Amino acid sequence: MHLIACPWCGPRDEVEYAYGGEGHIARPARPEALSDGAYADYLFMRRNPKGVHAERWVHAAGCRRWFNVLRDTVSHRILAVYKMGEPRPEAGP
Amino acid sequence: MVEPYLRQSPLDHLSLDARAVGDPGGAGVVAGERRFIAKVSLRGDPADPAFAAGAKTALGFAPPVAPNTVDGKRDRYALWLGPDEWLVVGAPDTQDKTVAALRAALAGCHAAVTDVSEGRTIIRLTGAHARDVIAKGCPIDLHPRAFGPGRCAQSRYARALVILHQLDEAPTFDLHVDRSFADYLWRVIEDASLEYGFAVVAEPVMAALKRRRTPQGQD
Ligand SMILES: [Zn+2]
Repeated sequence: MHLIACPWCGPRDEVEYAYGGEGHIARPARPEALSDGAYADYLFMRRNPKGVHAERWVHAAGCRRWFNVLRDTVSHRILAVYKMGEPRPEAGP
Repeated sequence: MVEPYLRQSPLDHLSLDARAVGDPGGAGVVAGERRFIAKVSLRGDPADPAFAAGAKTALGFAPPVAPNTVDGKRDRYALWLGPDEWLVVGAPDTQDKTVAALRAALAGCHAAVTDVSEGRTIIRLTGAHARDVIAKGCPIDLHPRAFGPGRCAQSRYARALVILHQLDEAPTFDLHVDRSFADYLWRVIEDASLEYGFAVVAEPVMAALKRRRTPQGQD
């Protein structure tokens, strides 16, 4: 069970959160200009790293805000939590 | 809003008034429903000076900007629900007045004012073991060093979404719950309270208990 620190509410139990997939995927400025292949890449293709992964979570049963989490997919350890729009920090210890 | 003489609170079918006692005696958990409390959702950017000034003018106090805190007056106060969202709670049937005052003061602002009074009801819990009963079903850290009077939190109780608000050191808690979950939540809480002794009180007794302990602060 995780204790995840919401950027607003502080540490809360994992049951209050929902996972939202990989973070930092920007919607193309002009999707109509993309090839089908490039659009499919944007829409469907995700990294699946063994190690540090930047991902989105939402405090679904709390303040209902989205934010970013840096999580190690091997140890399940959460390395950083940061707000939407903030740059991805260096991977922690 | 339905006609006042037709409306039913979400727990009316439990006939709690028929079980209510005048003196809860040694019961470790004392509970009751706060019916028809006014609740208004307020959304806006507190960093926008026009919004902040308008909200303060309409309410008589500034909505709190510290996460998960409550601020205001005895009969009307605001719970922080998000960095741009509050729940304004007030005496029964004052929602129309609150909505009108906020809309007038926030005209032209990027803001939203919505009457949500009938979406949820409030179960009030007090007594020496009120904290223990909440801890049984809710992952919030309720230790006095982490949570206390003037604090609120959105979380789950036995998986039902709730807004928790601590009013005093007794401790007294208000649990806001969606009306469709109210029956379930009441039954879970009553069952969880049995080992401590459980008493139901009517609203006037609940208010008198609260005032005797804490003459100041929110109702
Ligand atoms: Zn939160």
